[in-house]
Amino acid sequence: MSRSTPKGMSRRHFMSHLTGASAMTMPALAMGNTLLANAEDLKRRRKSAILLWMGGGPSTMDIWDLKPGAPTGGPFQPIATSGDVQISEHMPLMAQQMHNMAIIRSMSTREADHNRGRYYMHTGYVPNPNIEHPSYGAVLSHQLAHQRPELEIPPFVTVGGGSVGPGFLGMAWAPFSVNSNGQVRNLQMGLEDQRLYQRMYALDLIESGFINQRRGSAASDHQKILKKTLNLMTSSQMDAFKVANEPEDVQERYGNTGFGRGCLMARRLVEQGVPFVEVGLGGWDNHSNIHATLRDTKLPELDKAMSALVEDLEQRELLQDTAIIWMGEFSRTPRINGNAGRDHWARSWSVVVGGGGMNGGIAVGATNSDGTRVDTEPYTSQDVMASVCEALGISLQTTFTSQNGRPMKIANSGKVIKELFS
Amino acid sequence: MKRQLWAIAVLGIFTQLLTNPGSVEAQTEASDYGIQEIAEINRLIRQGWADYEIRPSVAATDGEWVRRIYLDVLGRVPTVEELREFTKDRSPEKRKALVTTLLYDEQYTEQYANNWTTIWTNVLIGRSGGTERNSLTSRPGMQKYLRDSLARNKYYNEMVYDLVTATGSNTPGTDNFNGAVNFMTMKLEEKAAQATAKTSRIFLGLQVQCTQCHNHPFNEWKQQKFWEMNAFFRQTRALRRFTPGTRNVSHVELVNESFQGEGLTKDPDKADIYYELRNGITKVAYPVFVDGQSINPSGYVEDVIRRDELGKLMMESRYLDKMLVNRMWAHFMGYGFTKPIDDMGPHNPTTHPELLDYLGQQIRKKNFDLKQLITWIALSEPYALSSRSNSSNESLDNPLLGEAPKFSRFYMRQMRAEELYESLVTATRAAEGRGSYEQQEELKSRWLGQFVVAFGNDEGEETTSFNGTIPQALMMFNGDLVKKATSKDKGSFLNDLAASQLSNTQKINYLFEAAFARKPSTKEIEVANQLLAARKGDLIAALQDVWWAVLNSNEFILNH
Repeated sequence: MSRSTPKGMSRRHFMSHLTGASAMTMPALAMGNTLLANAEDLKRRRKSAILLWMGGGPSTMDIWDLKPGAPTGGPFQPIATSGDVQISEHMPLMAQQMHNMAIIRSMSTREADHNRGRYYMHTGYVPNPNIEHPSYGAVLSHQLAHQRPELEIPPFVTVGGGSVGPGFLGMAWAPFSVNSNGQVRNLQMGLEDQRLYQRMYALDLIESGFINQRRGSAASDHQKILKKTLNLMTSSQMDAFKVANEPEDVQERYGNTGFGRGCLMARRLVEQGVPFVEVGLGGWDNHSNIHATLRDTKLPELDKAMSALVEDLEQRELLQDTAIIWMGEFSRTPRINGNAGRDHWARSWSVVVGGGGMNGGIAVGATNSDGTRVDTEPYTSQDVMASVCEALGISLQTTFTSQNGRPMKIANSGKVIKELFS
Repeated sequence: MKRQLWAIAVLGIFTQLLTNPGSVEAQTEASDYGIQEIAEINRLIRQGWADYEIRPSVAATDGEWVRRIYLDVLGRVPTVEELREFTKDRSPEKRKALVTTLLYDEQYTEQYANNWTTIWTNVLIGRSGGTERNSLTSRPGMQKYLRDSLARNKYYNEMVYDLVTATGSNTPGTDNFNGAVNFMTMKLEEKAAQATAKTSRIFLGLQVQCTQCHNHPFNEWKQQKFWEMNAFFRQTRALRRFTPGTRNVSHVELVNESFQGEGLTKDPDKADIYYELRNGITKVAYPVFVDGQSINPSGYVEDVIRRDELGKLMMESRYLDKMLVNRMWAHFMGYGFTKPIDDMGPHNPTTHPELLDYLGQQIRKKNFDLKQLITWIALSEPYALSSRSNSSNESLDNPLLGEAPKFSRFYMRQMRAEELYESLVTATRAAEGRGSYEQQEELKSRWLGQFVVAFGNDEGEETTSFNGTIPQALMMFNGDLVKKATSKDKGSFLNDLAASQLSNTQKINYLFEAAFARKPSTKEIEVANQLLAARKGDLIAALQDVWWAVLNSNEFILNH
């Protein structure tokens, strides 16, 4: 085997061989990792995003846009915050961070089914049987990965949730899904390097042989995943997943919950250079007994973790380069149903954003007195995505070419929400 | 018509000769094995190729075909012995003979039933169904019902009737056990919204879940329809039964109880339900099937058992047969006639409406015999095509690019997690002495657990982080299962192979055939020899390296 993997060949050297061999199969979209700028400069300019995904569809009129006077406004009272907005009394810690966040209160969308809503809010596109659109994480990490050529771990990490896949960008931009304990399984091979590389050489030969038979993208995508996997297995950057390494008082601030650990991991990953992290918190599909559930479990868990994350990012001077998006697939009916719950509702609801230079402490838009209608200019998933792109310095003229040659504008031609930047 | 087809075929041969002189054989007309339904599949699929001026891919090799038929029918790759027996057979009808063997020979009955039990369990209750805390579902109960039914090839319509109308206990070994109830035991909360949505979607291909709260924006379903369908489930209760003298739930019993309706008057003779329009107006609903047929509105179980009536109405619905065909077609072909396969309402275009309708009618005539439907699809021409694309169909027939599938080549896909598991076990003969079905299932589901991700909503939706992801690659690189498969301990697969009388080249051949159903190329043998040299002649260590590389390759984890 001396021909291919001489003794002492480094992993990087070996990887460059593998990459060279398959360079022809890389799609035109792929970004090179060779930006000619010095590392410090890059580090200063690198942008990230954290999506806090509220699976199930949280009732935003019980959290961010209270209607205490309305007959179906529910029992929660608004409280003052460090910004020029009021939020639910059960979010006291976030109230101290609202100067960093903006509430978009005039969201109005049409998808009130979980699957469709999740897809739409993650991609900016409604589901279409003919094409799979890339999700936030795939799009943004694809756009931002070139700012960190030193990154050895996946650029799109999802913690404790399912997210939405990379669509036509291909499996190389798929979310790397970990549980909130940050334990990544099967990392250790227990094989000396040289033998591993020899195995990899044999594997690469088999893979390439199959790819060269015109078997399509599933075959070539697998090869890319193998390289990412090898990269990650041997990287010290994997330490970023180890939330247990944080001091106990820090862990305590985020809360001893899955979402708390996820938010803490998000901060660590962003510090390590990961451009996109999604942290999932489910359990918002409150068709029954909604207010007790929110008061006793959901809101305390959210409040602790989210506020600690915003506070830490601000303190570490990362917030100006890190956009935070809080949203679910839709919200819940202003009416309260017979089971003391609220059902699916997409017509008038709120999304919360902050960081990345977006204005904090404000509410954008407004709903009417009982929350059933948006009274100001309505905003959509596309508009939120466009605004996040603006915050991250990604041009809205960026166009992807889907595999079938169809041009697709980033954020589906959404418009930047002006109040966030003026 | 026949002549015209020949003309197309002959033309195809000339085109082939010009571009690819090595593969003439593939363009001769595919056999229909004397089965009318297969001939019709081939005719209608070819018509699609002609309409789009597509030249189909060459035929798959015997090895490729036999690998996929084992995967798709039994859920695992063939053993080297099974592969060799098939490839050395020279009879023209050997593919038909193999399909018949896999479906009807007793030695495969259990594997067939186990594989389709896995598939249907995932459809009916999801990969995590029964593993939730305080679950009302007994996964073993669901599996027992399915295994028993599939092993004796119970007709599909009868299975659907069972699942929709079942009463009894959910747990094996308890009085009045009826495993079919497990489809519904966890779907009755929130006024049986899930029972309504999943029954419509899984068996009829109708997506009604959106219409629970509002009229559907782009199909004919109105909110009224959801609640009329829902009314069929309102006599049904899932009752927890306790171990006598304790507060431990021993099992769950699904029962029908008289339902007095939701109205203020509580008139069980006309048990009504109510729902709210988005503008706040309240409307009434009674049980009415999707096609408008209504039943006796009485809520008394002595008068009418609503789920039984629903079951009967479903049996007559054309959606029942079309949904079955679409599901089975997608299982074998990689794509269905609609996308997603279980959204077959009029708003969603069908790629081959005539074929779908025809196969639906035919399988209805054959009493919904699943094995016949499998035979038709598995022996059809499109199923026997190579997964290699050619210049004519590479972009024109690529559903990944958003094109409607034309089935002019075999669409490659990831093995399902369960298929990969079973294939690893088969290829390394770890199957021997594995314990009971229940123990095996327990091991497998623990392994699968690492890939299942729940979405955290009330509809119990889940996804898997399995397909083509880094966690999957890590599992294949370093996981216990692969460690076991590549073990060189005494009694292991590799140990036995190394100790056998075969030459070194034959041993390498054996590994490639076990994983890929083909022999290695010259280059691959060369690299295997290099590994042997690198291991300084330690044969079993070199076999370990080769086997590890083979199992980790795209060619192994993809069904091609």
